[in-house]
Amino acid sequence: MTEIFTDLPEIDAETRRRLHARLVAAATEAGVIDVAYRTVDTPVGTLLLATTERGLVRVAYPSEDHAAVLEQLATRVSPRVLRVPARLDLAATELEEYFTGRRQLFDLPLDLQLSQGFRRTVLSHLADIGYGATASYAEIAAAAGNPKAVRAVGSACATNPLPVVVPCHRVVRSDGTTGQYVGGADVKKALLRMEAAA
Amino acid sequence: MSQQPFEAIVTEHGPTVLRVCRAILGPVAADDAWSETFLSALRAYPDLGPDSNVQAWLVTIAHRKAIDQLRSQARWPVPVAVLPEEPSRDGVSGSGETELWTALMELPLKQRQTVAYHYLGGLPYAEVAEILGGTPQAARRAAADGIAALRQTYLKGTVR
Repeated sequence: MTEIFTDLPEIDAETRRRLHARLVAAATEAGVIDVAYRTVDTPVGTLLLATTERGLVRVAYPSEDHAAVLEQLATRVSPRVLRVPARLDLAATELEEYFTGRRQLFDLPLDLQLSQGFRRTVLSHLADIGYGATASYAEIAAAAGNPKAVRAVGSACATNPLPVVVPCHRVVRSDGTTGQYVGGADVKKALLRMEAAA
Repeated sequence: MSQQPFEAIVTEHGPTVLRVCRAILGPVAADDAWSETFLSALRAYPDLGPDSNVQAWLVTIAHRKAIDQLRSQARWPVPVAVLPEEPSRDGVSGSGETELWTALMELPLKQRQTVAYHYLGGLPYAEVAEILGGTPQAARRAAADGIAALRQTYLKGTVR
């Protein structure tokens, strides 16, 4: 080795930011960003938001490990994943409105490609549960056309790629207890409390 | 094995590719080559084999983009936005970085390339030779000549 290159300073944050912005601009123009993502701070933790050309494809709680979620998106959707906050400004705004009690319905284009088959059918029925209301796993199973598939409804909710926006937190147990949640049982209770208070 | 999200590739290898581009083109034109390199890499990324050496792949793309830049500079000479500073000779240097890029610009292209790809890009001489053509021995010699010249120009002017 040589001592000439050992003391080179780190590339500073401003330079990295400038170059990243240039890459995003060029890649957007070329149409080669398949998955864009950002994070947004909410009362229930920092959420990861990801979108494809078709619409919002993923919302993830910190407990899901955002790095792992991005790797999953790279594998299941496309490895062309870049951090592009501007592409998710609308989703971030609607979530902020929801968490401050100013929005009861999301009107974002959604990409449900991460959920398939019966699970996807289940998710499509969740939007029917209105803000502040709840439905039981059994009721959703019946609505999805398979009254016996109560456990499958549970796993559809547990693997919901779009929590909060697709309101799986409004699905509760028949005995009235809130049950499990992808963001943690406490977060589910907090969301239901917030909606009931609004 | 699955591929990492491209953002992770930019974070991990962005600084290395930038230093390689700066070594070949100087600090101003390097930005263009850097973004061209990563745009091109993003396009091709889904087809990259799972066991590929990502850094070597990126340095190879950066090499081609830098050559494109040098060719268009030769055809359409443009005034540089920032005048390169003379290396300080009084023993008081700033970060030393500007002086280093200036000293590198004074080397013949082949020496600059071998030094950049080996010392900054981290490629073994066999891979440097693959990018540039010629033998690994020739690449090693060119880099050694380049380093010797840098000792004369760059290190002489600075206190170590």
